[in-house]
Formats: sequence, structure tokens, C-alpha cells
Amino acid sequence: MNNINIKKITSAGLFLPILSLILVLIINVIKTPNFFYITVQNGVLYGYIIDVINRASELVILAVGMTLVVASSGGTDISVGAVCALAGAVACFILAGGQVSTDIYRAPYIIAFLAAILVGLLCGSFNAFLVAKMNIQPMVATLILFTAGRGMAQLVTNGQITYIRVDSFKMLGNSIKGIPLPTPVFVAIAVVAVTFVILKKTALGLYIETVGINNKAARLVGLNPVLIQFIAYAFCGLLAGLSGMLVSSRVYSADANNAGLNIELDAILAVALGGNSLGGGRFSLLGSVIGAYTIQALTTTLYAMSVSADQLPVYKAIVVVIIVSLQSKELQRIIRDIRHSKKKVEIAYEK
Amino acid sequence: MSKKGLGLALSAIMIAMLALTGCGGSKATGESKSVESSETSGESKSEEAKSEESKDSSKLIVVGYAQVGAESDWRTANTESFKTTFVPENGYKLIFNDAQQKQENQIKAIRDFIQQEVDYIVLAPVVETGWDTVLQEAKDAGIPVILSDRMIKTSDDSLYTALVCGNFVKEGETAGQWLEDYLKLKGRNHDESINIVTLQGTIGASAQVGRTDGFGNILSQHPNWKMLAKQTGEFTQSKGQEVMESFLKQFDNIDVVVAENDNMAFGAIDAIKAAGKTCGPNGDITVISFDAVKAAFDAMIAGDLNVSVECNPLHGPRVAEIIQKLEKGETVDKIQYVDETYFDTSMDLEKIKAERAY
Repeated sequence: MNNINIKKITSAGLFLPILSLILVLIINVIKTPNFFYITVQNGVLYGYIIDVINRASELVILAVGMTLVVASSGGTDISVGAVCALAGAVACFILAGGQVSTDIYRAPYIIAFLAAILVGLLCGSFNAFLVAKMNIQPMVATLILFTAGRGMAQLVTNGQITYIRVDSFKMLGNSIKGIPLPTPVFVAIAVVAVTFVILKKTALGLYIETVGINNKAARLVGLNPVLIQFIAYAFCGLLAGLSGMLVSSRVYSADANNAGLNIELDAILAVALGGNSLGGGRFSLLGSVIGAYTIQALTTTLYAMSVSADQLPVYKAIVVVIIVSLQSKELQRIIRDIRHSKKKVEIAYEK
Repeated sequence: MSKKGLGLALSAIMIAMLALTGCGGSKATGESKSVESSETSGESKSEEAKSEESKDSSKLIVVGYAQVGAESDWRTANTESFKTTFVPENGYKLIFNDAQQKQENQIKAIRDFIQQEVDYIVLAPVVETGWDTVLQEAKDAGIPVILSDRMIKTSDDSLYTALVCGNFVKEGETAGQWLEDYLKLKGRNHDESINIVTLQGTIGASAQVGRTDGFGNILSQHPNWKMLAKQTGEFTQSKGQEVMESFLKQFDNIDVVVAENDNMAFGAIDAIKAAGKTCGPNGDITVISFDAVKAAFDAMIAGDLNVSVECNPLHGPRVAEIIQKLEKGETVDKIQYVDETYFDTSMDLEKIKAERAY
């Protein structure tokens, strides 16, 4: 019984995010008919829709981590963009052996990759320690790495953009020969799948919701809120490290100033667009993922429609306002009330 | 307890990491330290200079330079240019201050310069506004202020003597003129339409506004040049690539890409290749970019990039020229531009790259 109920709720919860994604895509069918046109170029699928799926990958990965952070603590991790930059900087620093540009790996790739993940995990754990253990407001706690992260990345790269001009380094962020889809797509799918399975196969998902809804009650029923929040923030950091690797692989370089710039805001927006409450508690992982694809679909749509650069933020803002208010409970209530009162009037009229 | 221990261990690791990265950047910190020391020694030396001055008439012109920081290669080259121009052999004494991107540090530096009674103050302002008070103090002390690189917003123009900067509009025009010559050389005749797309910088940045306007000036002289689309790539490689990907799907007849900095051009080149097209001197699409950073030379040598218009950081000699004129009592132009050129694949790029300071 209970199981069926939960299923019902999630399907209803995902209805609006999916609707808004479809809405954005429908605009394209009308304005740019070739939006869904897919061809093969250099053995890789090529088209607007592929761009959307490909470019959204980092955002999807970050949105997954952000969802858990939001759900468990009712706060956001605003340091993920800076952690991306730092992880990418450390990986490129190791691969380039401290040089500004390199044509060969000066250290094994796997070490650099693991270092990037480790940096992400450490940063996440640092945030986790401040939030879960020290009880500092999430926004304030993650503000530290938000500001310091890029500075540290600058120090690692010595303020220069570090280039890794090796073909195998580009594979993670671009495509591997013989595989028709860009690699980041698979990475994003893998992250979502693994996280989804962990949350569903263990009780962790339920624990996170419990802690997010009521921290004290969770402790009283025998959960350890500190540990659960710690896991959420550390995992979010780890994913930021992974997406830092994607970002730097895309441009085969570490750009401390611009890697993942403002992506934390998009990640938070993705969570909100997915119909999740930023106050914590009940969450839908798939909602956030759909939210992330919606944001990227919107960006690509605006490019495809040749909206001029100075108007771009305005259009984005308008669409976001519409989508968010569509999902607001308050608006739904108002609409219901209006319908009700109309009915009442009609009934009164008939009488 | 063990969790507490874990937390402590983690925070210890974080601190260790901070320290480690600090070590990695020891060059930078070392530099700022040496700057400080040169500043303090500068103070004592300028006193020495003053005492020497009373002894004999040979006098060094003391110049205080309030620099933004060391955030980029460009900035480092700019600093280097001042340090090599204002040397005692040329009759100068330079007091250098690195503000590390903070306006309050620059204001403090200017007040220090006034107290030390320098002869000239050079300022590369971090931000445009908030300079009136401190520059008024400099004016009251009778010290001329020369701005480098960036303009300030003030109601009183007399607060600064001159501005030395790059001319972004001219850079845009240079790019346009280069394209004009290049098309002539390639034998593309006048009636044939040339389809151009532009990757703009961050909207509103002076480099974006100037370069867009400058290229637009040349564009308007050529009825056969068609600007298909303009979109911002926010001066970054990944955004440049993303926007170019979109352009390539919208238009299949692009002849020229104008990227308003080198990084966006690198992104555009990758997007062009991914779309199965070619670029550069022997390719389908001509790529024009700005700044001429080192990596741009690599891209030109690799045959992917056609031309990069320089953004010259070597302001030192031009500032020295202004000071010499002021010393002679001559008047100077309010805005002075540094000389800027372009580099394209017809030149000996390896040699130029090796000789360039940045």
C-alpha cells in the first residue's frame, strides 16, 4: 500500500518539471524546426538536441549532489563552481608537471583523475564538517570555499591557464572514437544511475529526507543527522570534483577564473525547477536532473533563436519565473480558489 | 568521539592543503614580498635621493605606480614594462605598489605616495568610481596623476593629467582592415557576399564594446559583408565553443568568425572541427581574434587561427614620454593610446613568439 502511494506522489511530482521541459522544446518545434534534426559528423551524432544533452552533463552531475545537500540540510552548497575550478586546476597541474602547456602527460592520467576527485571530496568534507558538525549556516560555510576555491586554483596554476594538449585528455569532455555520443552524456547518466540505485536500494534516501524534514526528530528515532548531512555534502563535493574534470577536459585546460563560473546558481535553479523545496526534506532526484536539462535546453534554444546577447538574461529570467510560478503551491491554490468561486457563482446563478 | 576525530583530521588536511597550495604559489607571494621590500627600501632610498639632491643637482624623477595586481600574463607584462622603463639609468626612481585587486589598497598607496612627495603618480584603477577624494588630495599636493589601462568616472577631468590605454575601437578596425586585405589577397571579389559571425565578449566590458564598434565601422563600408549573428561567449573558451556550435547549426555558409578574445577563438576552432569543417589559412572558415596571447601564437603556428590583433600591455615607455613632456612644461593629450599591431600566419611567428615578453 505504502509503496504504491509513494510511487503516485513521485509521478505526480515529476509531472510539472517534465511539462516545463516539453514546453521549452515545443517552442523550438515552432521557431527552429531543425532543432530536432540529427546528423552524423565525424562519427558522432550532431544536432541541437545532442548539444543540449551534452552541455547539460556537468549541470546534471552537480544538480544530483545539490539535491542531496538541499534535501538533507535545507541549505545550498554555493562552492561547487569554485571546487570544479580547483579540482580541474589540481589535475592539470599534476598532468603538466607545473608547466603552462604540455604535449605529453608528465604524470599518469589516473593519478590526476583521482587527485581531482580527492580534492572534490576533501572540499566537500570541509563544507560537511562546517555544516554538519559545527552547525554553521550552509550558505556561510560554503561561502568560504566559494571565495577561496578560485584563489587556491589560481595559486595552483600560478595564475595562468594550464593547457594539456594530449588527445586522450580530451576524451572525457568530448568523444571517444567509435562511440556516437559525447562522453559527458554517459558520465552524467552513470552518476544519476549510481546515485539513484544507492538511494533506492539502501535507506539513505529516506534518512536524508527524514533529517531534512526534522533534524531533532531524526535523532530521536536513532538516526545520526551529523553523519547523514556529512555524507550529502562530501558526496556533493566529490561530484563537483568529477564535473571539474569534465569542464577542464572539454577545453583541455584549467582556467581558474572561468571554469564552472556561476554554475552553482544553475545547479540550485535545477533543483528548484525539479519541483524540490529548497527548504529541505522530500526530494526528487530525477526532477533535478530534468531541471538541469531544462536549463540547458533553454540556453541552447535562445542561441538557436538568435536572441541578442544583451537580452539573453531577460528572456531566461522570464522563462524561469514562469516555470517556477507554475510549480508554486500558492499559485495552484489561487487558481483552485478562482475555479471554486466561479463554480459557486454559477451554482448561485442557477439557483 | 571517532567522528569528531574524523572531522578534526579532515579539517587538518584542509589546512595542510591550503598550506600546500600556498607553497605552490610561493612565486606569487615571493613577488609580493619583494614588492613590499622594494617599497620600503624605496622609501628610504627616496629619502637618500632627497639628501643627495641637496648635495648635487642630479635628481631622479620619483614615480609611484599603483598597480591593480598580478591577475594575468597581461598584467605581469604591464608591470614588467614599468619596472624596466623607470630605472635610475633613465633618470627615474619607481615606487611600485601591488594592490592585489583592492581599491582600498590603491587609495592607501596613493596617500603613501603623496606623503613621500613623489613627482608623479601612475594609477591603474581597479574600479571606475570612488577616486575623487584621493585624487583631489594628490591635486592639492601638486602631484600630476597619469592613469594607465583603464578610465575612471569623475565629474572633474582635471583630477588626472592623462590616460594611457589600448584603443579597443582601433583594434576592432585593425581586424576589419586585416580582413579587407586578406580577402583581396585571396581574390574574393567585391560582389561575393562574405558571411561573418561574431563571438562577443562579456556584454558591456570596454573591450567588447570597443571591438564590436570598431569592426562594425569597417563592416559598414562593405555592403557585401554580412553579419549573420552576434552572440556573447563571455570571453571564455567553453562558452565560445558552445555558441559557435550553435552558429554552425544555424548557418552552413559561415566564411569568417570574429572572436573578441583568443580564448573564445580556441573554443570556436574546436567547434568548427567537430562540425567537420576546417578553419585557418587553408580552411573553409577564417578565424580572427584579439589579445595575441602566447597560446594564440601556437594556434596560428598550427594553422587553425588566421590572425590575432594585439592588446599591448607595454605602457611604460608611453607614460615616460608623457612625464618627459610635463617636465619640459609642455601640455599633453588627455588620452594617449599605445601602439598596437596584429600578428597573422604570414609572419615568422616562432621568432615573434620567442621575442615577446608575454
